[in-house]
Amino acid sequence: MTLFRKKLVLVGNGMAGVRAIEHLLKLAPDAYEITIFGAEPHPNYNRIMLSSVLAGGTDLSEIVINDYEWYRSHNITLYTGHQIESIDTVNKKVRSDLGVEAAYDELILATGSDPFMLPLPGADKEGVIAFRDIKDCQIMMETSKTYKKALVIGGGLLGLEAARGLLHLGMEVSVVHIHHYIMERQLDMEAAVMLQRELEAQGMKFLLSKQSEAILGKKRVKSLLFADGSSAEADLIVMAVGIRPNTALAKKSGIAVNRGIVVNDYMETNIPGVYAIGECAEHRGIAYGLVAPLYEQGAVLAKRLAGVQGQGYEGSVTSTKLKVSGVDVFSAGQYDEPAGSRALRYQDEISGVYKKLVISEDKLIGAVLFGDTADGAQLFSLIKSSESIQGKERSLLLGLPDDALKSSPSARLEAMADDEIICGCNGVSKGAIAEAITTGGCTSVGQIKACTKASASCGGCKPLVEGLLELYAGDAAVKVKEGICGCTTLGRDEIVAEIKRMKLKTVKEVMNVLEWTNEEGCSKCRPSLNYYLGMLWPEEYVDEKESRITNERYHANIQKDGTFSVVPRIYGGVTSPGELKKIAEVAEKFDVPMVKFTGGQRLDLLGVKKEDLPKIWEELDMPSGHAYGKTLRTVKTCVGSTFCRFGTQDSIGMGIRLEKEFERLNTPAKVKLAVSGCPRNCAEATIKDFGVVAIDGGWELHVGGNGGVHVRATDLLCVVKTEDEVVEWASAFLQYYRENASWNERTSNWVERVGLDSIKAALDNREDRLALGQRIRTALSVTTDPWKQIVAERELRKNFEPISPIETA
Amino acid sequence: MTKMHIGNVADIDRKGSRTLKVNGMEIALFRLSDGEVLAVENKCPHKGGTLSEGMVCGSKVHCPLHDWRIDLHTGKVEDPDTGCVPTFEVEVDPVTGAVYLTV
Ligand SMILES: Cc1cc2nc3c(=O)[nH]c(=O)nc-3n(C[C@H](O)[C@H](O)[C@H](O)COP(=O)(O)OP(=O)(O)OC[C@H]3O[C@@H](n4cnc5c(N)ncnc54)[C@H](O)[C@@H]3O)c2cc1C
Ligand code: SF4
Ligand code: FES
Repeated sequence: MTLFRKKLVLVGNGMAGVRAIEHLLKLAPDAYEITIFGAEPHPNYNRIMLSSVLAGGTDLSEIVINDYEWYRSHNITLYTGHQIESIDTVNKKVRSDLGVEAAYDELILATGSDPFMLPLPGADKEGVIAFRDIKDCQIMMETSKTYKKALVIGGGLLGLEAARGLLHLGMEVSVVHIHHYIMERQLDMEAAVMLQRELEAQGMKFLLSKQSEAILGKKRVKSLLFADGSSAEADLIVMAVGIRPNTALAKKSGIAVNRGIVVNDYMETNIPGVYAIGECAEHRGIAYGLVAPLYEQGAVLAKRLAGVQGQGYEGSVTSTKLKVSGVDVFSAGQYDEPAGSRALRYQDEISGVYKKLVISEDKLIGAVLFGDTADGAQLFSLIKSSESIQGKERSLLLGLPDDALKSSPSARLEAMADDEIICGCNGVSKGAIAEAITTGGCTSVGQIKACTKASASCGGCKPLVEGLLELYAGDAAVKVKEGICGCTTLGRDEIVAEIKRMKLKTVKEVMNVLEWTNEEGCSKCRPSLNYYLGMLWPEEYVDEKESRITNERYHANIQKDGTFSVVPRIYGGVTSPGELKKIAEVAEKFDVPMVKFTGGQRLDLLGVKKEDLPKIWEELDMPSGHAYGKTLRTVKTCVGSTFCRFGTQDSIGMGIRLEKEFERLNTPAKVKLAVSGCPRNCAEATIKDFGVVAIDGGWELHVGGNGGVHVRATDLLCVVKTEDEVVEWASAFLQYYRENASWNERTSNWVERVGLDSIKAALDNREDRLALGQRIRTALSVTTDPWKQIVAERELRKNFEPISPIETA
Repeated sequence: MTKMHIGNVADIDRKGSRTLKVNGMEIALFRLSDGEVLAVENKCPHKGGTLSEGMVCGSKVHCPLHDWRIDLHTGKVEDPDTGCVPTFEVEVDPVTGAVYLTV
């Protein structure tokens, strides 16, 4: 059967357009042959989360909403990196800048908006950017590595989020704002001042009532000049002063454009078969700049395209939140007291809470909340429903029913109507969440997220979801939060204490005795139990290889295509022509697709087939580098006094000694060391778990550094005189970390959690250090070279080889 | 459909796996802790992770790449993710331990 499918083309692979397509696929999966063009070189991603990426905690790869596989599995033809340059509305065709043409029966324009760049002289200099897409985000992250001073022009929502992110990246940040208080479009002055104080406490600086006049610098920006003659230095300027609907394409194609592309209630433009949604569209005179209304538009359009009768779009009342950590700001509707309205205010300077309700006649038309935004959803739904609030003003302002002024926040949640929207991004109501908990059996925010999508986008509603969880799941919820994973309600310390107390000796025993809910555990608890048992009983415990993470089970790093990488150990980064030759010969013999230097001074043989691993190890006849496990990885060194004219000590020798000392050590998370020969620190020792920096006549010992997602510079632990003392302290520190950190907790997080002082105190006494050192040597004494063992033992080696069928029956 | 003798249960470690290529498709055979042997296509529906390298917990395997969980009996991906992997019939001769796979 051949199905006639109409051709649907979407221009703009962003949040609004793809959301409409997702809806359409549900309503009419087979109705259209879909083609999508997107100017950015990425699949559809969650733009909102760029702020979280900058602020840390979220990886760029995590914000993809639909990956390439999704497009493929829905037979959608996707052209990323293609900008549509012309629309031929007569012959119904679009054409991209790279020459691809696509015919359409129906065309959706969802081109979003462009950041507005102030037309200042010098705005084209290097280091002047907007905050709109992944590219901008990457530039900020890159810049923060080499430069210090950042200026954000624009003290609105986006500007403040950019500023927060830049602070997180370690830059000095000032926010330049033309108005005399920040976020004037969303907040009134009282709330804005409270917000500013809060942000100043986080390290942000403000230059208010400042009009930018010119950007100075040679090639790259150096400073920003203001109209009042003053100026501010900057290595990076982020402009976040507003957006403009992206209408150029529509305009030149003869589609009616006002501020945005003009659409009716069914998202139709003036040209039949051409629709527009999202930030590029203008509906009843409004072009929206937030996700929630765009999703509503998408739903209406999807119905239209699927031929489903439905109500048209009638416009949205919007609400906004600031997604900056540690600050709760919410505003909705008309907060700026339009004529004929009155405002009720509540201000508590001590706990930093401010509330304002804007009332017109007897209806709530706007609200501003600062410091406690729990009532946001309720107020927002009252604004939208425009029902009378007469007689309820006081309880709304105080956030409590009159008769329950002293009751708990959970009473507020309880009193909330079922159809009130908790998650604005995904339109999830209180009722839906309550149901997921009571009948769906959800006991954690993660499960609720999976089940309802609440808090799956910007996460601003998480506190409310947590509140509902507590309300409806009671104890069950609280317990789940504490456990190390979903299989137990016990935390790390409880588990370790019980293992010690009852002398539990196997993973299975622990799970049985401590009443695991999943009989065989999961990929989180099994490796951790295996680690804790090995740490507690180094000499007796039989390591359970099936409970180790993949990299440790295969003793090589699994890559995305299922191949592995082999990293021969090169102590302190020092090798010999002989070793290099051997590595080169092996790489050639096994057709290793790529040989690369790692960041830790090793050679990485990438793209090795699993079945070749044992053969490669055998021929190399070198220990492999543990370049991937939760163990000592590398000890990076500079050239030090051996060759360098600045070197004060032998950093190479020290590095090699440390690497040999701790090779094969199992640790809660990966551990990296480095030794620099002088404070110029060429080995970057101050972003390592344990960093050693030589000074004249001694060594500085640094701990808790991390060069990964959350870059953290080390804290100085102490200064010692001799190489032996370096080893003594390193042993004590590493063993203390092994004994006290949670599995998968890097030293950087651990040091922050327990505090440097507690670690210093534990290592202060020489006797304690020696005892710790003794315990680490015991643990090390039972380790063996896993590669040698696999090469030698057929029983272990078989797991690397495919099975071959014996006969066909 | 062909049924083939592919080896003995002893070839697969408990909570471990082995792989095999049939008609260009890679199949992963898992042996659960209770001895049962199960087979699925060695390809995570998410991004193609080689499931054979994942951790086996009960009758589920965790994909080594991004930790999706796949039920080895049904091939179904567990919540919150969705999808399915093809499963294949496996028989184990209770006396000899010979493993037969039907593809
Ligand atoms: C850092 C940041 C934080 C934000 N935070 C929030 C928030 O907390 N809450 C909220 O509600 N909103 C937030 N927003 C706003 C929200 O992201 C936007 O409203 C939303 O993404 C707009 O969706 P859209 O599909 O209209 O546009 P977009 O998501 O921008 O998609 C448009 C796409 O079309 C492409 N395109 C344009 N022209 C062409 C062409 N000619 N050919 C091909 N492709 C083209 C563009 O490259 C772009 O990828 C934030 C925005 C940013 C930048
Ligand atoms: S850290 Fe000091 S000793 Fe080492 S290479 Fe740099 S300048 Fe030379
Ligand atoms: S490929 Fe398997 S979980 Fe991602």
